[in-house]
Amino acid sequence: MSAEATKAQERPVSAELAKEFGLSAEEYQNALDILGRTPTFTELGIISVMWSEHCSYKSSKVWLKTLPTTGPQVICGPGENAGVVDIGDGDAVIFKMESHNHPSYIEPYQGAATGVGGILRDVFTMGARPIANMNALRFGSPDHPKTRHLVSGVVAGIGGYGNCVGVPTVGGETNFHPAYNGNILVNAMTVGVAKTDKIFYSAAAGIGNPVVYVGSKTGRDGIHGATMASAEFTEDSEEKRPTVQVGDPFTEKLLIEACLELMETDAIVAIQDMGAAGLTSSSVEMAGKGGLGIELTLDTLPMREQAMTPYEIMLSESQERMLIILKPGREEVAKAIFDKWELDFAVIGHLTDTGNLVIKMYGETWCDMPIAPVSNAAPEYNRPWEPTPKASDLDESVFDGYSESLGDTLTKLFGCPDLASKRWIWEQYDSLVGGDTRFMSGQADAAVVRVPGQTKAVAITTDCTPRYCLADPVEGGKQAVAEAWRNLSAVGALPLAITDNMNFGNPEKPRIMGQFVGAVQGIGEACKALDFPVVSGNVSLYNETNGEAILPTPAIGGVGIMPDAMIAVGIAFRGEGDVILAVGETKGHIGQSIFLREILGREEGAPPPVDLAAERRNGDFVRGLIRDGLVVSSHDVADGGLIVTIAEMAMAGGIGAYLTGFDGQHVRVLFGEDQGRYVLAVRPDVAATVQEKAKAVGVPVSVLGETRGTALSGRGGDIVSLKRLREANEGWLPTYMAAEL
Amino acid sequence: MKAAIVVFPGSNRERDAVAALEAVSGTKPHLVWHRDTELPKVDLIVVPGGFSYGDYLRSGAMAAHSPIMREVKARADQGVRVLGVCNGFQIITEAGLLPGALMRNGALKFVCRVQHLRVENTDSPFTKKYAKGQIVRFPVAHGDGNYWTDAETVKRLDGEGQVAFRYVSDEARSDPRGNPNGSVSDIAGIFNAKRTVLGLMPHPEDAVEALHGNTDGKPMFEGLVEALS
Repeated sequence: MSAEATKAQERPVSAELAKEFGLSAEEYQNALDILGRTPTFTELGIISVMWSEHCSYKSSKVWLKTLPTTGPQVICGPGENAGVVDIGDGDAVIFKMESHNHPSYIEPYQGAATGVGGILRDVFTMGARPIANMNALRFGSPDHPKTRHLVSGVVAGIGGYGNCVGVPTVGGETNFHPAYNGNILVNAMTVGVAKTDKIFYSAAAGIGNPVVYVGSKTGRDGIHGATMASAEFTEDSEEKRPTVQVGDPFTEKLLIEACLELMETDAIVAIQDMGAAGLTSSSVEMAGKGGLGIELTLDTLPMREQAMTPYEIMLSESQERMLIILKPGREEVAKAIFDKWELDFAVIGHLTDTGNLVIKMYGETWCDMPIAPVSNAAPEYNRPWEPTPKASDLDESVFDGYSESLGDTLTKLFGCPDLASKRWIWEQYDSLVGGDTRFMSGQADAAVVRVPGQTKAVAITTDCTPRYCLADPVEGGKQAVAEAWRNLSAVGALPLAITDNMNFGNPEKPRIMGQFVGAVQGIGEACKALDFPVVSGNVSLYNETNGEAILPTPAIGGVGIMPDAMIAVGIAFRGEGDVILAVGETKGHIGQSIFLREILGREEGAPPPVDLAAERRNGDFVRGLIRDGLVVSSHDVADGGLIVTIAEMAMAGGIGAYLTGFDGQHVRVLFGEDQGRYVLAVRPDVAATVQEKAKAVGVPVSVLGETRGTALSGRGGDIVSLKRLREANEGWLPTYMAAEL
Repeated sequence: MKAAIVVFPGSNRERDAVAALEAVSGTKPHLVWHRDTELPKVDLIVVPGGFSYGDYLRSGAMAAHSPIMREVKARADQGVRVLGVCNGFQIITEAGLLPGALMRNGALKFVCRVQHLRVENTDSPFTKKYAKGQIVRFPVAHGDGNYWTDAETVKRLDGEGQVAFRYVSDEARSDPRGNPNGSVSDIAGIFNAKRTVLGLMPHPEDAVEALHGNTDGKPMFEGLVEALS
């Protein structure tokens, strides 16, 4: 390869080419104005990815700025690779959730696998050893011809990557809805721990300091991946398969160990992984944050393919690569570590005082442009938006004609795709490696993972109820945060902070933009009221195919802390004769409930409102009881209402429930999805104490029954056996996945 | 008891093994890097779980040819106890310390769950603290745990008391839900002829403390400490 051959491959830069690269006419004009000349082919490629929705957050930034991001526990909020929160004793927890939606739809195995790889790098690049992975998945209707293939590939990809790197995948959530037929959501979250005095940031410093490339070699995969993630899908989107990257979890595992080993030395000035837009975003962001220039000479960069051009190298999204700024003279120390782990290591440039990004190769300069003006000029739009019209609540007539037995209704609900057991999925994930997993989600409302070598533990959950968000984005956004906070409280953890993964349709449509704006408002309100700030996040827009948008899905990843992993409480009933208590007020809100959709066949009404003051009061109360050792089993009330919650606790423990608290009550009391509620099982000798404590702090508590037998039963005899519920619950997904297309 | 844990690029359960050994024996095991050619003087060598070399050629195949494995084989020949767990079982089997082979799981999927096992032979330092026929629970977490050998070898393994553990169902019956991977004759772990080498797919090291939900793996390490101290 030579300069001449490279030039022969380059296309003439023009407004048309800029458009093909995803830049609008105004954005291209802006580039011309900043440079005062026509950009080179390489420069145009770099500008187009920097200004893509995916990298610039141009539609969302103005709203994300309104979210609360600070608190005494926050060490580092949004803007770095991941959020950092203090968990005491000189320890920090570092976490983030990120989407890999577009690639996973096109190539489910590699799309999901590289999603896991990318989020792991965001966390260990800051100095943390990853201790847990989670994922939030949304698929289309089970009847859609692609769904089975997508579920199979995504789950295998997440497992294939996470299992190999040796980070336990401890939980998540999976939903099915026709709105995701053309755009599935794959949101992956990693949680790691580090010492507060050993956290690594990405701002470059020190003119002349060497810029080092480590990890896998660069190939032609993923070029313009960020641009793909910034546009709607059409029927021919599968032609974009070549823009999906290929993951190598073995190299990632080596990279984790090598980076953490290097971090033990004092050689690093700054470090960042090469994620979306690869070498472009890592070099520009690091130099930009440090207010410096950077000069790269690409000839020595490790390449997997022959005859690569500077444009291809700068835009490649090859996986498992990191960019490091070293202190001067530490190259040999660092190289020895990467040699030990058999990873590529190359000094590819140095920091300069010019403020420019300079790319040299084959003896010529292919890019020489100012970083700050190009970064600062990244477009920021305040797009027009329409508020979502409020849905009116439902009247009593929705129950007309409902006459099914309670046992039949419960059996039906537990066999519906959203409530069916996801065992088929989570048994494909190694949830135990590391030996610190106390609970994976499913055993408890939040996963609980001990901090290695200590007694304290982090609790982790992911939550979102998209059908609520569609009906009312503000309440839905609030609810997602409140449910995450509630799930952490339900295991006994103190909620600390969240990461938000905002999945929406095309923001250029005011209706969709209105969903986004509403969700951000709701999230912000809940975060403020619950002292639960946002410390990291990711936005995925343009989740539309042929004009059909997904349900608005602001997935919330919440993290909490508890002093001892062994105080955590799971959902399972653990013995007969325990008293079953409902905590929180039950009004019987049936709008947007699972019961309404699955049993009455209607997706309507307003979602349950969230009373943030009651949420906080009830959660603090439950956490206090758990910390006092008064709770045997604990479960928050979510999809399906009180009766489904009790049945889940019964199935998990293999112990039934004798219920008296529902006698003479309306069916909406059983299935309503009012917020801020929990079901607890407590020993009979402390039940009165618990009720007194509740009264003292104004928390509504009522007795629903006691744990007994192997069925749900009441004064009228058995309602339904646990065996029947379990068969319905465990049967659906394996049967579905085993069936022919 | 002095122990060494061999670490390959891609090993990922060495920390679990360190924690289990240290908790039971009170002594920190040596970690030995795969490119080392010498082992310290130890009573027990553990080859841990993970994905050595990414399991890219065939599980355990490349690690079996790593320099340190020549030394492991030499020590095993001298009677030093060797425990291979999961990927470690695959590696020592590929290295010829145990008969048979480990293939892709019958359902072609990775499987992680708590698995019931029956202890088949207690005449070894690994199993002496269990009762013959005892049902124990260890987690499994593997994609290639489908043990295979020919019918004659199965017969010989049974006859010589070389089958250490078998998969059983929750009700202690041999049924498809019991066997998680399609292994021949429900075999979960085997000894060499002298019962100084044990390879098994399930993870005793992840069942040693209350946090793990059960402590059925602890007697294995207690037996080793008792026999080798």
